[in-house]
Amino acid sequence: MSILTLLFYAIALLIIAATTMAVTRRNMVHVVLYLVLSFFGTAMLFYLLGAPFLAALEIIIYAGAIMVLFLFLIMMIRLKKLPGMFFPVGQLLPAILISAGFLVVSSVMVGRNPAGWAPMPAAQASPVAFGVYLFQTHWLAVEIASMLLLVALVGAYVLGRRVRGPSADAREEAP
Amino acid sequence: MIVPLNHILLLSGLLFSLGMFCTLARRNLIMMLLGIEIMLNAAAVAFVGASLHWQQMEGQAIVIFILAVAATEVSIGLAAILVVYRRTDSVDPDMDAALWEKGGSR
Repeated sequence: MSILTLLFYAIALLIIAATTMAVTRRNMVHVVLYLVLSFFGTAMLFYLLGAPFLAALEIIIYAGAIMVLFLFLIMMIRLKKLPGMFFPVGQLLPAILISAGFLVVSSVMVGRNPAGWAPMPAAQASPVAFGVYLFQTHWLAVEIASMLLLVALVGAYVLGRRVRGPSADAREEAP
Repeated sequence: MIVPLNHILLLSGLLFSLGMFCTLARRNLIMMLLGIEIMLNAAAVAFVGASLHWQQMEGQAIVIFILAVAATEVSIGLAAILVVYRRTDSVDPDMDAALWEKGGSR
């Protein structure tokens, strides 16, 4: 058992623990902080599995941009405490059933593949080779992804702007 | 030598089911969106592991597109949640129609 193997299991434990904590917390800010920890763990895992460029992107985009966006929204809106149980039983039981069922089925399907039980040799894709590969083989998909991000920008603007017409609440807010 | 592929896939499956549980069980639109993020992240872990197993960069290229889709989804989703909050004053997914109509035409 090499040091890389031990590192993998330590990181896997960190990710699972942080995500479990995040899913069950009541305070939304704590949820986001635990998820940032989980995404940092995922970035370390990507580095370990030979994708240093993706590890950097994971930290910048997931742990940085997306989680900060969630934090902005949580601080913008004032959450009221809902009446009743935190996890209502009518919702908790199907949720546990469906996710446990998915876990069992996927574990059985993964375990039936005998080729997957051999340890993999460590390898690393350098960022230069990865960038060249991405833009030579998948240039069209990269363009489509950039169009998708533009659509997201316009869509978020259209959804987020306030339309001030001659409605009642516009006059209300005036004085 | 590091771990076998199946251990990575099991980790990914466990993360995915945690995200699914988060999406299904929480009564909060923001937490449902976070659950979807966890599920996308689990898929990215599976792709990177498969990329190492077959020594192909195809899987890593797909993770880039997963990141782009996740960023798109979260920006549109959060804007939509903000609209819902402005109209109904809550982020509960099972709000009733009367509450929705009360907010007026904004």
